[in-house]
Amino acid sequence: MAATVDARGLSCPQPVLMTLDEIRTGSDSEIAVLVDTDTSKENVSRAAQSQGCDVKDVQPHGEGYRIFIARK
Amino acid sequence: MGKNWFATRWGIIGVGAFIGIIAALLQKFGNPGNMGICVACFERDIAGAVGLHRAAVVQYMRPEIIGFVLGSLGAAYLFKEFRPRVGSAPIVRFILGVFAMIGALVFLGCPWRAMLRLAGGDGNAILGLAGLAFGVFLGTLFLKNGYNLGRAKATYPSAGWLLPLTMLGFLVLMLIYPQVSGEAKSGVLFYSQKGPGAMHAPLVLSLVVGLGIGFLAQRSRFCTMGALRDLILFKQTHLFGGFVALVVFAFATNLLVGQFHPGFAGQPVAHTQHVWNFAGMMLAGLAFALAGGCPGRQLFLSGEGDGDAAVFVLGMIVGAGFSHNFGLASSPNGLGPHGMAAVVLGMAVCLFIGFTMRKTTKSA
Repeated sequence: MAATVDARGLSCPQPVLMTLDEIRTGSDSEIAVLVDTDTSKENVSRAAQSQGCDVKDVQPHGEGYRIFIARK
Repeated sequence: MGKNWFATRWGIIGVGAFIGIIAALLQKFGNPGNMGICVACFERDIAGAVGLHRAAVVQYMRPEIIGFVLGSLGAAYLFKEFRPRVGSAPIVRFILGVFAMIGALVFLGCPWRAMLRLAGGDGNAILGLAGLAFGVFLGTLFLKNGYNLGRAKATYPSAGWLLPLTMLGFLVLMLIYPQVSGEAKSGVLFYSQKGPGAMHAPLVLSLVVGLGIGFLAQRSRFCTMGALRDLILFKQTHLFGGFVALVVFAFATNLLVGQFHPGFAGQPVAHTQHVWNFAGMMLAGLAFALAGGCPGRQLFLSGEGDGDAAVFVLGMIVGAGFSHNFGLASSPNGLGPHGMAAVVLGMAVCLFIGFTMRKTTKSA
């Protein structure tokens, strides 16, 4: 199962805070993060990698992106 | 991720270095001392140019600011990143912009200028940068406790165009009513005849530099507040690389062109009231952190369609009007008559915003 973090419409650093919160407290092996700016896409990917997670895929989603993160 | 080189570590360092070198050189070409680029000061000069305040020494329609917004707009369109969006607590962002400007003008500079002042040998900048870092630190405490201004929504592209169009309008005004030597007014625009507002690089050079920096900063997401915030909040050094590069390269350029003059007293457009240099930037730093970006970043975000960042920019310009009309802004002689009261009031307002605008839902 993949948990979904919906960070659309939120400006930095909220998408990163929400993603880190899910990485630290959630239990799903995969996390899908929805963002709507390229800055958020880059920041969330960078933050996930800094936590030792893999960014498996980034897909266009509506006006933004869906980022698939795999917990280690 | 590999597509945008400017958003890599070396990309952000390169952009910081570029800004540092160019800013130091702009002083050589006529901009005021240790003020090659200062977003707060230059927006204040724009407020003066359109008569929102009548401080005669700080009135000039700074083309750098116009270029920042339009350069970012160009980059955003070229790389398909123009995302018109509005609606994340605009009134709060306006008020934060007002007090960010008031705090910055007590110190006499935005974060960019604080770094340029340090790179030029102005020891007072150490107090300003310490205050900035402390203000951002206070902001991170609120962020950790769920502070959140809510979501923006997608809107019409034309809504995202409004601040860029305003800047374009300012440029047109400047071309219709160019500076006339010895005249304090040209058409509707005010021009300083002495003081920092009278010191400026040639219009075309300022505009081209502004466009270039706007373009690069949009690509790299350069943000001085973000640099400190991410370091404090996430122990992330990505943006901080750009911050350090700006100081180092501006310092090196200053050394090469003979602009490095270490000391505290007699520094250009600066005062030596240490406590208030710290406190002014503490207020500004907290306001930037609560609004999610330094003044430069807010201009670049405005260029890529962020209407809430645009409201922050307008707040800063209006804040400059209050600063000078109410005697809140400092001068080389020291604090303005009501500068202290303004910093205390500004801190109270920012704390009120930080404490009361928290989402209790999962996000802390």
